[in-house]
Amino acid sequence: MDQHIIQEFINIVGEKNVKMTTAQLLAYSYDATANYQALPDCVLSPRNTEEVSEIVKICNEHKIPIVPRGSGSNLAAGTVPNSGGVVLLFNHMNKIVDFDKENLTITVQPGVITADICSFVEKENLFYPPDPSSMKISTIGGNICENSGGLRGLKYGVTKDYVKGLTAVLPNGEILKTGGKLAKDVAGYDLTALLVGSEGTLAVITEIILKLVPLPKTKMTGIAYFNSLEASAKTVSSIIANKIIPVTLEFLDKKTIEAVEQFMKIGLSTEVEAMLIFEQDGDLAAVEHDVNEMTRIANENGAIFTKIANDEAEADKLKTARRVALSALSRLRPTTILEDATVPRSEIAKMVNKIDEIAKKYNLSIATFGHAGDGNLHPTCVTDVRDQDELNRVELAFSEIFEEALLLGGTITGEHGVGEMKAPYLEWKIGEAGLNIMKGIKKAFDPNNIMNPGKVFAKETKKRVVLQSVR
Amino acid sequence: MSVKLLMRESFEQHVDEALLLDCMRCGFCLSSCPTYLHTEQDEAQSPRGRIALMKAIREGKVEWDTSIEESFNLCLGCRACEPACPAGVQYGALIEQTKEAIQEVKPQKRLEKTVRNITFNHLFAEKKDLNKVVKLVHFYQKSGLQKVTRKIGFLKLFPPFLNEMEKALPEVPRKVEELTPVKPSTIKVAFFTGCLMESLFQEINDKTVQLLKLLGAEVMIPKEQQCCGALHGHSGELEKGLNNVKINVQAFDSDDFDYIVNNAGGCGAFLSEYEKHLHDNPDFAEKARRFSNKLIDISSLLINLGIIDYLKSLPLSESKVIATYQDSCHLRNVNKVFEQPRRILENLPGIQYREMKKADSCCGSAGIYNLLQPKMASNILNTKMGYVKEVNPSILVTSNPGCLMQMKAGIAKEGLSSKMRAVHIVELVYEQVHRVV
Ligand SMILES: Cc1cc2nc3c(=O)[nH]c(=O)nc-3n(C[C@H](O)[C@H](O)[C@H](O)COP(=O)(O)OP(=O)(O)OC[C@H]3O[C@@H](n4cnc5c(N)ncnc54)[C@H](O)[C@@H]3O)c2cc1C
Ligand code: SF4
Ligand code: SF4
Repeated sequence: MDQHIIQEFINIVGEKNVKMTTAQLLAYSYDATANYQALPDCVLSPRNTEEVSEIVKICNEHKIPIVPRGSGSNLAAGTVPNSGGVVLLFNHMNKIVDFDKENLTITVQPGVITADICSFVEKENLFYPPDPSSMKISTIGGNICENSGGLRGLKYGVTKDYVKGLTAVLPNGEILKTGGKLAKDVAGYDLTALLVGSEGTLAVITEIILKLVPLPKTKMTGIAYFNSLEASAKTVSSIIANKIIPVTLEFLDKKTIEAVEQFMKIGLSTEVEAMLIFEQDGDLAAVEHDVNEMTRIANENGAIFTKIANDEAEADKLKTARRVALSALSRLRPTTILEDATVPRSEIAKMVNKIDEIAKKYNLSIATFGHAGDGNLHPTCVTDVRDQDELNRVELAFSEIFEEALLLGGTITGEHGVGEMKAPYLEWKIGEAGLNIMKGIKKAFDPNNIMNPGKVFAKETKKRVVLQSVR
Repeated sequence: MSVKLLMRESFEQHVDEALLLDCMRCGFCLSSCPTYLHTEQDEAQSPRGRIALMKAIREGKVEWDTSIEESFNLCLGCRACEPACPAGVQYGALIEQTKEAIQEVKPQKRLEKTVRNITFNHLFAEKKDLNKVVKLVHFYQKSGLQKVTRKIGFLKLFPPFLNEMEKALPEVPRKVEELTPVKPSTIKVAFFTGCLMESLFQEINDKTVQLLKLLGAEVMIPKEQQCCGALHGHSGELEKGLNNVKINVQAFDSDDFDYIVNNAGGCGAFLSEYEKHLHDNPDFAEKARRFSNKLIDISSLLINLGIIDYLKSLPLSESKVIATYQDSCHLRNVNKVFEQPRRILENLPGIQYREMKKADSCCGSAGIYNLLQPKMASNILNTKMGYVKEVNPSILVTSNPGCLMQMKAGIAKEGLSSKMRAVHIVELVYEQVHRVV
């Protein structure tokens, strides 16, 4: 990168907020996605919206790529600087700006850690529900830009359902404010909704107004084991058909349970083919009623074991298997690839069976767990990046899994985003018309393609050879 | 060959690829890492960043330079990143291997070299030497020279942090009064005395023995034991350290006792990994396994011997002073011992225990880290003292000699010496028991 430009950056953010050593460039060359890596040219830490705007103006003038980065925990290679350029950090923009108990909103900068928002508002008996498993380290900016989901998604929705307004720096440096603390607002296109989930490709988010809800009074947890996948799937459908919307309804398949057992030795029987974990929150009577009902429904559908936790400690114990699922799987082989193909909840059993078939076909080890209540599955392949042949098979298998999910009325990604990793598959889901209109939107925002280039849109769509070979 | 190429080769040879691949780059370790938090979240100073650097050097993705070296040097080795990691990454092993790889290729800076030389080739290689130095230190303290040199500022010649440490040097040991056992001896315990503990903190060791005897243990001290080897291991001198490991394994290989107890968190963690270090040595693997199996820290052993019931039987004290506890990183993160010392403190008759925020986070002592990285160590200590002041205890309790000195230095630095003191947990328990007995 030109020394003059670097000097301009230094003038804006100060020398210590321009990182350029070898170690630093390498440390911002990756995210949580296996097998993607590329070095940026420099790493900048602006301290406020105005500094972001000035940086963006310079980048736009010189056509320098900008990769906004929270904690780099995304699973779609969304923050890998594959075209070099500037990585933009929010380590200084990590303050809670305003907490409004009358309007039930909290205004934060993008670098605040998600879990810190939750604990901050819970002290005031308020609740910010979106809870991605990574919430202890993910930033709210990252959550907004991936539209992250979480365990509580079934009842409370996902990140987008809690974003009321944004401050964003557009690629020409202009500062845009959308929405507000309002409950209703139909003045023009909903730009807030457009920016949520935009994966850093449209604008840099610099301030966020979030909606809060009252903190539920109590919570109860139960589990059920099944000796058939179908029985667990029927339980899920039946719970919803009985008009119960639990706060979480999580699912683990046999391979995941085996990995957990191998890792933790918690005494899960090998007969177990599937496990459900359900939780309800709200007022005590309603919570008790729902959890008892869910247990009854599980038994009615052939559960071989059910249990309701008596207190929080016991609930934690019951949830161990779900909590350690990814850890347990990741220990089986050197590389773990976690996907998030999503189907309508009525199709879960079919989808899991298909995943098993595909894994067998390609001689791979793929375990599946996930959010059964909203059909958001995590087929997780344990493999070894050093084995190119196996990696090729992994790619083929996942292509088939995406294809299968689409056939069942699902999507290629439920919560992790498209990034670089799934860009070649995007057209499969949204079609040519979808892709064209999205490209048009991108062009309107960012004519020079400086915002996170190479993400969301691929050079080429992956050929759908898979479909023919399956059928 | 250039350092850059040699370094890549050395990394290939020393740093285990399989261990590197365990890291899935999820970032869950970031918020546990003191150096990440003290560099405004610089990923190059984080566990995930360091592992990526190890891998990148090994694969030739980047070339060795001072920024990379600094990243490894700044790591405290506190291993707070290990319990935070869902994938079970063995960071402790990785950083040890990295230090070895660097050590093999890279000549060191002068200060580091001097410290290293004194430390490894003299002090910790043979206990005799260490004792000699300690005698000198004691002479220096006793003779009043200490006061004089403090005044003259002789130690100003050393980096400022050494100066702080000098203030924290322990006083000359006093004779420890014996405690009368409350029950006949039923169990035999071998005591790993630890080189720093034995030389600088003899009094704490004597009190350790007294407490064990009080609760019905017969204590043996195998003569041939040497320094545990941890400091060597953490500094890329594992080979030198392995000699000590073997001597110790041999010295303690006996059916005569049920436990091997130690009272220094840093030693304890390394001792518990003897098994790992010798697993492929046919002569020692089995002995090392036996060693590690019998190993226990002093708080856990006191609890096993029934100290809680004993403390409950003591008369209540009318006035209680506030105490708080600073975890020993290695005792907590490697040996997973953190409840036991707190349980003991909560049951001491004259103590009101208060938990300190971030008690589980490193104090910056980290072996000889505070000598090699005075600036970072001192920043970390400042943060720590902030949390200490929030609790404002009369007594700040530790479980490791390094932490103890660091906390003493912190108290002195903050000008709190008149109302706060740092102690090893054994000292406090002894004092409380001795007072009422
Ligand atoms: C173990 C594990 C578990 C996970 N569990 C879940 C889960 O349950 N649900 C879920 O949805 N996800 C999950 N994730 C994925 C990931 O944590 C989320 O995508 C999270 O929102 C990313 O946050 P981050 O701060 O790390 O953002 P990053 O990864 O740094 O960035 C994510 C995206 O946002 C963009 N971005 C970040 N900040 C800004 C900004 N201020 N302005 C513009 N663009 C910006 C980046 O360019 C990138 O495209 C998990 C990941 C891991 C490793
Ligand atoms: S928590 Fe473990 S797996 Fe995740 S980045 Fe840190 S060391 Fe790697
Ligand atoms: S050992 Fe401590 S300082 Fe080093 S990377 Fe781990 S947490 Fe950070």
